[in-house]
Amino acid sequence: MSQPKTMFEKVWQAHEVVPETADTPAVIFIDLHLTHEVTSPQAFSVLRERGLKVRRPDLTLATMDHATPTRTEQVFGGAPITIESAAKQIRQLEKNCAEFGVELLGLQDERRGIVHIIGPELGVTQPGKTIVCGDSHTSTHGAFGALAFGIGTTEVGHVLATQCLLQKKAKTLAVEVAGQLATGVTPKDLILAIIGQLGVSGGTGHVIEYRGAAVRAMSMEERMTVCNMSIEAGARAGMIAPDETTFAYLADRPRSPKGAAWDAAVSHWRTLPTDEGARFDKRIDIDGAALEPMVTYGTNPGMVVPVTGNIPDRRGDPVFDAAMRYMGLNAGEPIRNAPVNVVFVGSCTNGRLSDLRAAARVLRGHKVAQGVHMLVVPGSQEVKRLAEAEGLHHVFQEAGAEWRESGCSMCLGMNGDTVAKGEYSVSTSNRNFEGRQGVGARTLLASPETAAASAIRGRVTDPRELLNG
Amino acid sequence: MNPITSIRSRTVVMPSTNIDTDQIIPGRFLTTTTKEGLGQQLFADWRYDANGAPRADFILNTPAAQGCRILVAGRNVGCGSSREHAPWALLDYGIQAVISTEIADIFRNNSLKNGLLPIVVDAATHAWLIANPGAEISIDLQTATLTLPGQAPVGFPIDPFARYCLINGVDELGFLLSKNAAIEAYEARRGA
Ligand code: SF4
Repeated sequence: MSQPKTMFEKVWQAHEVVPETADTPAVIFIDLHLTHEVTSPQAFSVLRERGLKVRRPDLTLATMDHATPTRTEQVFGGAPITIESAAKQIRQLEKNCAEFGVELLGLQDERRGIVHIIGPELGVTQPGKTIVCGDSHTSTHGAFGALAFGIGTTEVGHVLATQCLLQKKAKTLAVEVAGQLATGVTPKDLILAIIGQLGVSGGTGHVIEYRGAAVRAMSMEERMTVCNMSIEAGARAGMIAPDETTFAYLADRPRSPKGAAWDAAVSHWRTLPTDEGARFDKRIDIDGAALEPMVTYGTNPGMVVPVTGNIPDRRGDPVFDAAMRYMGLNAGEPIRNAPVNVVFVGSCTNGRLSDLRAAARVLRGHKVAQGVHMLVVPGSQEVKRLAEAEGLHHVFQEAGAEWRESGCSMCLGMNGDTVAKGEYSVSTSNRNFEGRQGVGARTLLASPETAAASAIRGRVTDPRELLNG
Repeated sequence: MNPITSIRSRTVVMPSTNIDTDQIIPGRFLTTTTKEGLGQQLFADWRYDANGAPRADFILNTPAAQGCRILVAGRNVGCGSSREHAPWALLDYGIQAVISTEIADIFRNNSLKNGLLPIVVDAATHAWLIANPGAEISIDLQTATLTLPGQAPVGFPIDPFARYCLINGVDELGFLLSKNAAIEAYEARRGA
């Protein structure tokens, strides 16, 4: 029998155009290249300067999400896009896609959305594929057993021109999650706990495979939340073995294989999971059943505590001291009851239908606390449509939250949606770096449930208090 | 890309751990369609106050930092967003090498592709560099060594292919394009 292999090794080997040598990296074929307005313009410029074409427009899909406005009047109503440079960037992507023959799901397309949400939704994200995008959260697609990672703009140009990348093989890291998550504890809490344990550079140079009972029990949307934040532990990719849950999600998606091609695809996908006895370079273990809802207190996603816990006291550590100064919080104090000015539900981490349902479940029959601004932004136009069909938007609006068109919105504050200086934002997104949501904004990362509960109380709140009573 | 063989410069030191690419170039400056001029916005939120005036206490605004082409940063520099605007901004500002004990993957890749040298050093060398801001040091790519004043050269790891490209000014896209026959054969084999 051949040597047992990890899922990563199987996908890697199947995409070696030229294997790695001591002197040169491997040439790896890319099955799906997703692109968006922010990290592509300079890549298209290189193609133009060098007289090159897009090699495989059939494997390339563009959309716009980062710089796009979320206000309906600016998306559909003909009102000018407030940020002139963003409008220009959007027009540039339209021009580039038209000139190079790349399919674009543009501003008013009903299939538009955050790039990492629409790939799975359309069924172009599939097990065993290599998927790249000029965006670090491309790791999201690994939830399907794809090898998916973020690249820079120069590499976007490489893929456009050659459909290939020069890559060195990464190491593998198994994250084993035993047990089942308790009520009120979500995959977002799990990934925050994992990052807290690994640290923000613990995964550097590795591809993570999330394994174990808690992972197997998750829906695809939940698995995506977990893989999404792999990069926050420094890992470029996170993967989860495809199984019946994966196949059920993909069946009948607009672009998933059909008929005999579907059967062939599924039998191939069944061969992908890591073989019994395969070796990982590193392994960590997490007790899923022991986890609680998690909230970040500092300025990187590894600075995280259970919502029932206290901010640790690491005074004297310059990173900790700087974070406390920036956040205006104090060492040793409970994170519960920390102030909240803004609540953001959305992003490629938690902007899918199940996330909106979870927030709505907590919010139903309640009001957003006086003085708190809550923004709910669906991850795609499809999510928006489905949520509205269930009446979720009424729940949000009746509670006093704003309901918008899809996009990255307040996750990175480059589209007009920002948190003001000094304000506290409980956000379902993935980064709490200084200024991420606006100059001087103070971000606390949490699950949709915790975000909604905190919106109601106007203070950081354990969602279990509202779920139980 | 112009060939790079060596850099000699005084250092500017930013000892913070986990300097992420959102700090190097904040998101609101990413609505550009070119690479030029980003040096103006490098570290914008640390460098300028609310009115856009330079903060006197930020290291890059001090007289000693002027003209420095080597940035010494705390552990895990360049984590977070994949934005290549981060190395573009550093280069446009005039930084040609970033030294740390750990450099995040995507940032390191992006830097190499633009001729910004990401140099990983051991803890002792790093501690010396942090403790001696403004030291005149040299980086030699041919020998993959770093020389601190009055000390023997110390080696640093660098991917051999990346080093070859940097020294010879080879651009990776050209290299990939030269593999066209292999790519075609792969596509034919896969029926993709
Ligand atoms: S939602 Fe946030 S993290 Fe996700 S792609 Fe958009 S900006 Fe990046």
